[in-house]
Amino acid sequence: MPKDTGIGAAVPRTEDRRFTTGKGRYTDDFTVVGLHHAVFVRSPHAHARVTGIDKSAAEAAPGVVAVYDGKQLVGDGVGNLICGWAVSSKDGTPMKMGAWSALATDTVRYVGDAVAVVIAETKAQARDAAEMVEVEYEELPVVVDATDALKPGAPQIHPEAEGNLIYDWEIGDAAATDGAIANAAKVVEIELVNNRLAPNAMEPRAAMAVYDAGTDHLTLHTTSQNPHVARLVLSAFYQIAPEHKLRVIAPDVGGGFGSKIYIYPEEIVCLWAARKAGVPVKWTADRTEAFITDAHGRDHVSKAQLAFDSNNRITGLKVNTVANLGAYMSLFSSCVPTYLYATLLSGQYVIPNIYCDVKAVYTNTVPVDAYRGAGRPEACYLIERLMEKAAKELGVDPGELRRQNFITQFPYQTPVIMTYDIGDFSQTLDAARAAADVAGFAQRKAASEAKGRKRGLGYSCYIEACGIAPSAAVGSLGAGVGLWESAEVRVNPVGSIEVLTGSHSHGQGHETTFAQVVSDRFDLPMDNIKIVHGDTDSVQFGMGTYGSRSGAVGMSAIVKALDKVEAKVKKIAAHVLEASEADIVIEGGAVKVQGTDKQMAWHEVGLAAYTAHNLPEGMEPGLKEGAFYDPTNFTFPAGCYICEVEVDPDTGVVTVENFTAADDFGQVINPLIVEGQVHGGIAQGIGQAMLEHAVYDESGQPLSGSYMDYTMPRADDLPSFKVSTHETFCPGNPLGIKGCGEAGAIGSPPALVNAVLDALSGMGVKHLDMPLTPRRVWEAINAAN
Amino acid sequence: MYSFDYVKPSSLQDALDAISGGGQPLGGGQTLIPTLKQRLAMPEALVDLTGIAELKGVSMSGDKLSVGGATRHADVAASAEVKAKIPALAALAGQIGDPQVRNRGTIGGSIANNDPAACYPSAVLALGATVRTDKREIAADDYFQGLFTTALEEGEVVVGVDFPVPEKAAYQKFVQPASRFALTGVFVAKFAGGVRVAVTGASQDGVFRWSEAEAALSSNFSADAVPAAPVADGMIGDIHGTPEYRAHLVQVMTKRAVAAAG
Ligand SMILES: Cc1cc2nc3c(=O)[nH]c(=O)nc-3n(C[C@H](O)[C@H](O)[C@H](O)COP(=O)(O)OP(=O)(O)OC[C@H]3O[C@@H](n4cnc5c(N)ncnc54)[C@H](O)[C@@H]3O)c2cc1C
Repeated sequence: MPKDTGIGAAVPRTEDRRFTTGKGRYTDDFTVVGLHHAVFVRSPHAHARVTGIDKSAAEAAPGVVAVYDGKQLVGDGVGNLICGWAVSSKDGTPMKMGAWSALATDTVRYVGDAVAVVIAETKAQARDAAEMVEVEYEELPVVVDATDALKPGAPQIHPEAEGNLIYDWEIGDAAATDGAIANAAKVVEIELVNNRLAPNAMEPRAAMAVYDAGTDHLTLHTTSQNPHVARLVLSAFYQIAPEHKLRVIAPDVGGGFGSKIYIYPEEIVCLWAARKAGVPVKWTADRTEAFITDAHGRDHVSKAQLAFDSNNRITGLKVNTVANLGAYMSLFSSCVPTYLYATLLSGQYVIPNIYCDVKAVYTNTVPVDAYRGAGRPEACYLIERLMEKAAKELGVDPGELRRQNFITQFPYQTPVIMTYDIGDFSQTLDAARAAADVAGFAQRKAASEAKGRKRGLGYSCYIEACGIAPSAAVGSLGAGVGLWESAEVRVNPVGSIEVLTGSHSHGQGHETTFAQVVSDRFDLPMDNIKIVHGDTDSVQFGMGTYGSRSGAVGMSAIVKALDKVEAKVKKIAAHVLEASEADIVIEGGAVKVQGTDKQMAWHEVGLAAYTAHNLPEGMEPGLKEGAFYDPTNFTFPAGCYICEVEVDPDTGVVTVENFTAADDFGQVINPLIVEGQVHGGIAQGIGQAMLEHAVYDESGQPLSGSYMDYTMPRADDLPSFKVSTHETFCPGNPLGIKGCGEAGAIGSPPALVNAVLDALSGMGVKHLDMPLTPRRVWEAINAAN
Repeated sequence: MYSFDYVKPSSLQDALDAISGGGQPLGGGQTLIPTLKQRLAMPEALVDLTGIAELKGVSMSGDKLSVGGATRHADVAASAEVKAKIPALAALAGQIGDPQVRNRGTIGGSIANNDPAACYPSAVLALGATVRTDKREIAADDYFQGLFTTALEEGEVVVGVDFPVPEKAAYQKFVQPASRFALTGVFVAKFAGGVRVAVTGASQDGVFRWSEAEAALSSNFSADAVPAAPVADGMIGDIHGTPEYRAHLVQVMTKRAVAAAG
């Protein structure tokens, strides 16, 4: 095996040459002859009736070819935006979804809601004209906070959802959980907020739509994590064009974090307008548009009770969550605070009884959907805050309280759907404690104290679910799609290999990792292998990349296709070399008969397959195999994170002194890439925990709509992370992979908040909500004094 | 951005002619260009001042340290002259924004703009500097007149700023986490005749002198002498800090500035 490029090798990312030398090609880099530009006219109000639109001045402006509004869009039969996962309330009623037109017709429901689009020869002309579109608004009362939206008399946002309640969903056994709480020796309670985040991919969203009237065919270049899903939805629900007349290309994409899963109004409008106006149309968001239109993440308010018996064993967990879904239901918004959240509330622990109620609510804010972790960070944050609080209240070591309650027998069926297949939680706890030098903490704390600083240490033992998902299982829970993946492996006549995958890389390094799997299998240099993705005309089909699924699901499909190729290669070689198939081995760039000197060079097998001069009786020519892989279960990455902080009590400034991560991701294909994913995830998690917050004022105006007010994590906010991996191989997929893309963002926030609370425990501070900005920390200290 | 003409004269007179013809002065563009990009201003022409030699550089004139109006933050931060005479000023310039901002932004642009969270105004005010324009000299105490407001008249250009050299001085900046401008910044300067304390970032009226602290520190220049936090009334409140928090930071940063001045 070419261990330098095989499974487990730390191969530098091959795609980075083009990314770091400015040779990447992103949607906005593409152009066509006659390209026109779209600029959207957006609502400055969070809630208003549109009483009139005067387009005449804009239509007459230089360079303008068209100004369209929502009535025209609806009139042309463009469908409303859909939500792809049907969640029902506990009384059995379906979720109450309000209509969402890509251009608002009579009501706008958040600042940034698009009401019209201007198509002009240049972007500057389109901008000038957009300012000339006169929209008359009649302002309506506004509600931005989810708990306020549920109060009687709150402004009604959609006629379909009375009292702004989309669904009131539940999971688990309420009576048994109440019983556990009633009989508990100790009940730990918490009320917390999981703060709203703006996704901030480096590349803003963009779309370029080209209509070819000659063939009646549309091509869309766009910033998508899942181009096939985009084509499917655009075709089946928005009536843009049938699938065979619509090509979706997601070229290099500069980060997604979930925000580029969804098909947004802008892509729909560009496609529709390109055909209607008869000109190619491009739209690229500026950063302000990104802040006010990219789907936000998180935004939960939860109350929870964790019950213990007299031996400090957990007996029950009860949770009430209100989830803010914003002004409209985005594509997967419904499943995030339900099936991706409450099913992980058992954490790493044996909890015999769990009950969770989730109310999803409309507000006059940007739609909320999956964002790195999607539901699992919210679950992890809740249970890990509770565990740390419990340890404090019970007066026991937080690590040992966790260990005492760890699940140790696998498979383990939780009371909330999930069956954990494998894990070793003590192993990651021990590894993290050793690497974090927990033993030396007391000394470091004393040193901080001498400088007038407060030092604290916090744990987070996270578990999450990746490899989304077994299609039949998610189908039974309401998903509108299957969540398998597909791959095709083409061995060319010259022996080079193209792998077509339905996964989409937008920063994950698939071109390297996937090639390593092929290199490992056929003992070939990576240079001979090309990974093709992101184009519905090249790749057969795919469900795309999110939920850390590309390793566990996408690569499993590739492995299945490789199995088929390998079998055919062996058949051909056995035939040509006149040997038994069982004696054929593939190594060192050749296909050999074991124990003899008979062999064919790898490319000779490819050539034999395509010349077809001498193939086994009845064998089809060619060497190309496809496979669909449908997972049998979720995968369960888990680990232990330990954060150590110092707090300046005079100012409330928190500094992260040490951050240790011990992760179990199952089989690691490329440790360099895995480490990079963990680093990025932790940076994002620390961002959520102490810096980032998408804030609205009471009138629904965004207060953190630029980098002047929205704080992204920067290198100097972060220490050098100590990371390590400790594998238990996933039994459910051929490579034993669990997934690593989101763990950092899922596991880190509670570790940081627990550390700060530990630091301030001597000052009487008992609770903090993220983000732990200096202001909030100082206020908490001040209030406790 | 709307379209505009751009000129880059090499003499002050040519610049003033262009400005009186309707142009707007352009320093480093670190405030003005983002404003234009957001289409919040529509100047006919920008008159770039950074090609005018007489507006650039640092020198001693008499007992004052003179900084040209178009001198970049990076040049002030790196200047041996500034480091020798008023190290606190060099340190302040070295903490403005990031390297890109410091390599373009100018002192004239900063104090003409008078952002309530900008750093330079606190130094100009605490050091009792004189702002030299193409028309006159303006004492710092008269120059800053509230948020984004100064004594400058339409078309008046900051040619330079003359700083008296203090015995001791220090600037302490508490950064706003996102923008990293000053959430509260305090510049303390000790002269033979007394102490001046100027605070930026905190007040709704922009940079101000904290007279209680000046009085206390003039008789006892030690961190312990810094009085209780000023009243929160009139301080800025936003998502990054309440008026109370800012008032508290004024006290903390003043103490730290005094300690840092030594
Ligand atoms: C990311 C970022 C971070 C920043 N961080 C900080 C910080 O931490 N602290 C801080 O203090 N500042 C900060 N700034 C602002 C920075 O210091 C700017 O350089 C400064 O505010 C404006 O200077 P300028 O030379 O760029 O002026 P310009 O943007 O060119 O002009 C600003 C205004 O001043 C006028 N003007 C310019 N020069 C003159 C002159 N000589 N005479 C009269 N009028 C003039 C212009 O017409 C315009 O109205 C930051 C800016 C950015 C973009």
